[in-house]
Amino acid sequence: MKIILIGGSKLAYFLAKQFASKNYYTTIINQDLEEAKALSRTLKATVIHGEGSNPATLGEAGALQADVILSLTTRDEDNLIACQIAQKEYGVPRTIALVNDPENQEIFEKLGITVAFSATQIIATLIEQQTASSDIQNLLPIAEGKVNVSEIALTADNPVVGKTIDQIQLPSGTLIACILRQGEVIVPNGENSLEALDRLVIIGQPESYGQLMRLLCNE
Amino acid sequence: MASQYIVVVGCGRLGSMLASRLSGQGNSVVVIDPYESSFNNLSSDFSGFQIAGDASEIEILRSAKVDQADCVLAVTDKDNINLMVAQIARNVFGIGIVIARVFDPAREKIYRDFGIATISPTQLSADAFMANMPS
Repeated sequence: MKIILIGGSKLAYFLAKQFASKNYYTTIINQDLEEAKALSRTLKATVIHGEGSNPATLGEAGALQADVILSLTTRDEDNLIACQIAQKEYGVPRTIALVNDPENQEIFEKLGITVAFSATQIIATLIEQQTASSDIQNLLPIAEGKVNVSEIALTADNPVVGKTIDQIQLPSGTLIACILRQGEVIVPNGENSLEALDRLVIIGQPESYGQLMRLLCNE
Repeated sequence: MASQYIVVVGCGRLGSMLASRLSGQGNSVVVIDPYESSFNNLSSDFSGFQIAGDASEIEILRSAKVDQADCVLAVTDKDNINLMVAQIARNVFGIGIVIARVFDPAREKIYRDFGIATISPTQLSADAFMANMPS
């Protein structure tokens, strides 16, 4: 797999390191000369000093052979144009852009970007969910947020304690995937009952997620 | 020509000149620029609205009522902003007349092939110089 990565900062650095460990061939385009030098010294990647949305620079980075382009700069317009030029001019099949303004996520996808993701949005959602209830942890969106996975601790006063899974009637589209009890992992069926201090790993679709949370979180 | 609703993005030398002239012709004009001080470039002919903000934020475009515009001119000094604003105006808001200023001739060609109306000052200057060369 051949990847072109535009941008710098820790995100680009760690991604490039990860790609190197998977033996992907990575080319980084960075606009800052000092940062480009530092990246080329520390990473197993080709580093080009230049502007990612410049058609000639993309060509030099081997865009014609690239499978994926990732544009991670702090300027949304640069990320959009770099991805579009890679796609239109060099036929790069998969384009991924970071958006800093969460509203641009939908717009970029409308304008032909394969995946636009908003780091601000992801972090804000995580923090919000962590703040809402300290008993909920490790929330993880899967399939672009179509499924959520989280872990919930049951306190002794939780009304579901002592009931079986059949009795609590989970909303449709949700599932208790496993129960962590005193270091042991139980993959439950409907007859397993819930005990205080259990930690539940639950999976749910966003539309039924709120209902599931109200059922399991003392509310 | 009937009065039109025109949004001009960028109020530097070109943007302020366009906005002033179009406003002077009796059009209703809104001009957007991140720096309030840029609005000093507008001539006394200008009687439109000024919005201080970054046009790459859709919220700013909405506050300029871009969705109701007859025409959007993207003339900041940054090619990528102009190309992004032009595409949003055309593909998201469905505006009929959208023109972007693009300095880089390579970038201009790609987007012109893609159906975005562009004007390249670099190309225009080169043509003008060549036309004045003795043959």
